[in-house]
Amino acid sequence: MDVSNINKLFEENLTVVNLGLESFAENLNNEGVRTVQVQWKPPAGGNVEIAELLDKVDSIKAKVDVDAANKKAAEIINNGKPTVIDISTAGEAIPGMRKNLFLHAGPPVEWERMSGPTRGAVIGGLVYEGLAETYEEAEKLAASGEIDFEPCHHHATVGPMAGIVTYSMPVWVLENKAYGNKAYATLNEGLGKVLRYGAYGDDVITKLKWMESDLAPILKAALKLHGELDMKNIIAQILQMGDEGHNRNRAGTSIVIRELAPYLVQLDVEKEKLVKVFEFLNSNDHFFLNLSMPSAKCIIDAAAGIEGSTIVTTMARNGTDFGIRMSCTGDQWFTAPAPMVDGLYLPGYSADDAAPDIGDSTITETVGIGGFAMAAAPAIVKFVGGTPKDALNVTTRMYEITETENKIFQIPALDFRGTPTGIDVLKIIETGILPAVNTGIAHKKPGIGMVGAGLVKPPEKCFNDAFKAFVEKYS
Amino acid sequence: MKRVLVEKDSYYDSVFLMLINREVGQIEGVTDAVVSMGTDVNVTLLKETGLADKEIEGVTPNDLIVAVEGESEEVVEAAIAKAKELLDKKSSSDDGENYKPSSLEGALKVVPEANLAIISLPGEFASREVKKALRKGLHVMLFSDNVSVESEIELKNLAKEKGLLMMGPDCGTAIINGKPLCFANVVRPGDIGVVGASGTGLQEITCAIEKFGAGITQGIGTGGRDLKNAKIGGTMMLMGIEALKQDDATKVIVVVSKPPADEVAVKVIDALRKTGKPSVIHFIGMEPGKQEGNLYFAGNLEEAAGMAVALSKGETYQKRTYTIDRAEIDAIIERETKKMSSNQKYIRGLYTGGTLADEALIMFDREIGGIYSNNQSKKDFIPPDPNKSIKHTIVDLGDDVYTVGRPHPMIDPSTREDRIKIEAEDGEMAVMLLDIVLGYGSHQDPAGAILESLKNAKKKAEERGGYLSIVTSITGTEGDFQSIHETRNKLESIGCVVMPSNYQASTLALEIMRKVEK
Repeated sequence: MDVSNINKLFEENLTVVNLGLESFAENLNNEGVRTVQVQWKPPAGGNVEIAELLDKVDSIKAKVDVDAANKKAAEIINNGKPTVIDISTAGEAIPGMRKNLFLHAGPPVEWERMSGPTRGAVIGGLVYEGLAETYEEAEKLAASGEIDFEPCHHHATVGPMAGIVTYSMPVWVLENKAYGNKAYATLNEGLGKVLRYGAYGDDVITKLKWMESDLAPILKAALKLHGELDMKNIIAQILQMGDEGHNRNRAGTSIVIRELAPYLVQLDVEKEKLVKVFEFLNSNDHFFLNLSMPSAKCIIDAAAGIEGSTIVTTMARNGTDFGIRMSCTGDQWFTAPAPMVDGLYLPGYSADDAAPDIGDSTITETVGIGGFAMAAAPAIVKFVGGTPKDALNVTTRMYEITETENKIFQIPALDFRGTPTGIDVLKIIETGILPAVNTGIAHKKPGIGMVGAGLVKPPEKCFNDAFKAFVEKYS
Repeated sequence: MKRVLVEKDSYYDSVFLMLINREVGQIEGVTDAVVSMGTDVNVTLLKETGLADKEIEGVTPNDLIVAVEGESEEVVEAAIAKAKELLDKKSSSDDGENYKPSSLEGALKVVPEANLAIISLPGEFASREVKKALRKGLHVMLFSDNVSVESEIELKNLAKEKGLLMMGPDCGTAIINGKPLCFANVVRPGDIGVVGASGTGLQEITCAIEKFGAGITQGIGTGGRDLKNAKIGGTMMLMGIEALKQDDATKVIVVVSKPPADEVAVKVIDALRKTGKPSVIHFIGMEPGKQEGNLYFAGNLEEAAGMAVALSKGETYQKRTYTIDRAEIDAIIERETKKMSSNQKYIRGLYTGGTLADEALIMFDREIGGIYSNNQSKKDFIPPDPNKSIKHTIVDLGDDVYTVGRPHPMIDPSTREDRIKIEAEDGEMAVMLLDIVLGYGSHQDPAGAILESLKNAKKKAEERGGYLSIVTSITGTEGDFQSIHETRNKLESIGCVVMPSNYQASTLALEIMRKVEK
C-alpha cells in the first residue's frame, strides 16, 4: 500500500478548498490555513437529468479526445485575424443573397413567430428595397410567404438587434487572414429611430438610402486609400481604452475615425457630404459595434464543426428565441425562449416596454469580449448593475467556463490577463455558470427603438440541450 | 396574511437557510415561515402546509423560496425584510471584495497549491466533487452523509489508487497537521496519532490526550462505515494506520471505531501489529482484549487516551474509573441523591455527540438494562416517538430522526433545549446526563444556550418536592474558542456536576441511579 502522498501531506502546509458550509472555511482561516470557499451550485442548475448525463462524460472522453478538440478550437479562436478588406453590398458580397431573402438576427424564425422589433425591421426593409410601396403592403407581403427569412448566421453574417439585412444594404467585408473565411455586417445606423430596433418610417428609410448612396461609397473609397483594417489589433487597443466591444464602443469608433480621417479628407467629394459623414460617425458611439461583431464572427466561424469539441460557436437571439451552436454539432441550433433583459431604462421607459432579448451582438461574448471583458470597461459597470469590482468578478467568473485566455486581447485591470476565450458547454454544465452577456434593450413594439440596456442571462435550456446532443452523439 | 417570494438562481446552503428559517420564525407575530431552496421535497411540503401554492410553480432547486405567514401585513413585511437582510449578510461578509470561484477547478486556479478539499455538499452531489478532487490529487474530507455504500467503495478505491486520504462520508472530525477540520478541537502537538471511525469519539480522545499532558500528530477520520461494512473493509483505516506507521513523528497509534465487521477487525489489528509502534485499540461497546505485544485494548474513550499518553511518556497505565478522589465522588453522590423524591427513578441522557451517546447507552444497557434509545440495537427499545422518553432513555439528538429540517444540535442547541423543556415536566426523571462538545464547528456557547432550560428543569423538580441531578462532561481543550473554563463555571453555577470525561460522567450517573434504585 503506497501512502506516500499522505505522508507528504503531513509535511506540507494545509491549503484547503471548501465546498459547502462556509463556517468550515472561516474556522480554518482563523487557524491561519489558506482556505478558498467555492460558491458551489448544483450542476446543470439542479437539473437531475443533466446531472446524471454528466456521469457519462468520462466514458465519452475515453473514446473521443474532447480536451484536445477543445484545445484545437480555442487555438483557432486565438489565431483568428479578422481584417476589414472592403465595403460592398449584401447582394454582391454575401453568399446566397437574393432580392427576396431577408436575413435576420438569431436562430431561424418564421414571420408568424417574429418579435415586434424584427417585424418592424422587415416592414422597413421591404419598403427600403422597393418591394412594397406602403408599410401596410409590406406587412402583407412579409406574411405572404414570398419573402424568405434566414438567419444572418447561415450566411457568414451578423446583425445587431433585429439584424435585418437586405439585398441593397452596404456591408463591411471582413476576412480572417489566418483561415481565409469571410464575415459580413451592415454599417451601423446610429442611435434613435433605427431599423435595427424595429423602427420604420420615412426618416428611417431616408437614412438607409443615404447610407447606401453616400456613406458607404465614401467610406469604401477612404478604406481603399487606407488599405485593410487590422481588426485584431484595433480590438486589442480598445480593450485597453475602456471598451468591451459590445455595449461600449467609444474608443473603437474613435480609432476607426482616426484611421480613416486622413484618407476621407483626400477624397474628391463635396465638402457638405464629407461633413455629414464625419458628423454621422462622430454622433454614433456604436458605429464600431458593426465592426466588432463581424470581427468576432470571422474569428469564431473558423472554429465551427470540429469533431468532439464542445466550444460554443454561436450565441444569438431574434427577440423570440435565444439560440446557440456548438462546434461538434455544426449547424444545429439549440434554442429556448428569449429571456427578458435585466437592465436600466432610458427616461420614460420601463421594463413593461421591453422586448425579449434580441440580436446577434452576443457574438462578441462568444469570442470572449463584450460581457466577458466587462473588467475592461469600468465606465459602463453601472449600466450593467454594479461596481468596478463587480465587473472584475464577472470577467473572472468567465474564466471558469472558458478553455483558454486570449493571447492578444488583454485586460489591464486584471494585470493584462487575456480575455476568457472559448466557451465550453461542458464547463457551463459542470459549474452552472452561464455566459455573462450585456446588451441593449429594444421596445417591444415595432417602430420605437432602443429603451435601455442591461444584463441578460442566457437560457440554461440551450446549453443543456447542446450538452444532451453531445452525449447522444458520442455515447 | 401570507406572502411568498421566489428568487431565481440564488443558491444557498441548506444549513445556512435553516438558521435563517429559525430567526425569521422567531419574529413575533409570525405563525409560519419557510426559507428554503425549491427542491421537490420543499415544494411538496409548502403546498401540503398551504403556505404556498401557485407562486412556487416551476421553481427549481436553484431558486430560493421565502414564504411567510403572519398576523398582519406589517409582521409579514418585517419577516421578509429580515430574511433578505440575513441572506444578504452572507454575500456581503467579504465586502464584495474577493472573487469566490464557482467550482473546484476555479478554486484551483486561485490556489493551485491546494492539497485538501473539504466537502459538505448535499450527499447526492458530493460524490462527483470528491471524484474531481481526488483526480486533481487533493486529499478529501467528506463531511456529507447520504452517500451510498457503493459510492463510498468507489471513492475509497480511487483514493487508494492515488494514495490519498478520503475521510468520510459522514466524517465530522479530523485534525491534520494540527489544524482542526470541521468539528474538532485545538489540540497541542505531540507524538500520538489517532485514526477514528467516529467523530465525537475522535474529539473525546484527542481532548483527553491533551488533558493528560500529551499531544497528537494527526487525527484522521475515516467515516462511520469504514470498519463496520465488510465491503468497505476498513480501507481508509488501513491507509491511515500505514501513514502513521511511516510517519516518524508518530510514536503511538490510537484506533477508535464502533464494533467492526469481524474480518475487518482482524485486518486492522494485524496492520497495527505490523506497525511495530505501541498501539491502543478501542472498539466501542466491545470487551477489551488482552494486551499482546505492541497492542493495547481500551475499555472506553478516556481510557484509550490514558493508555496512549502513558505509552507516549513511557509510563505504565494505571487502570482507574475516576480521576477524582473516591471520597469526593461519594460526597457528590450523597449530595445529588439526598433531596430526590421517591417518584424519581429514571435516567435521561440527552446527547449531541453520537459516540458519546453510545458510550453511555452501552454502559447503562449493560449495567441496568432496558434503556430506550434511537441508537438501540435492540429494536424493542427504540422509542416509537423519538421525541418522547420512556423510562430510562438515552438519545442521540444528532441522529437523522432529529435533524430533518434542523441543523445538528452541536451547531444549533435549540433542538436539545426543546427536549430539555419536555423532560423538565417529567417527575419520574432522576438524572439528566449531558455532553457539552466544544471546538470548531460547535455552537459558540453550547452550555450557555441551554443554561436557562437546565435551571428551569431543576426548579420544576424542586417545585415537585424533588431534586434533579444534572451530570455533564465537557469535550474540549484550553485552546478552543469557547472558553472551557467559562463553560464549566456556567454549568456549575446552576448546580450541574461537571465530570472530567463522558466515561466518568456516565459512571457517576450510573452510581447515582443505583443509589436511587435502592
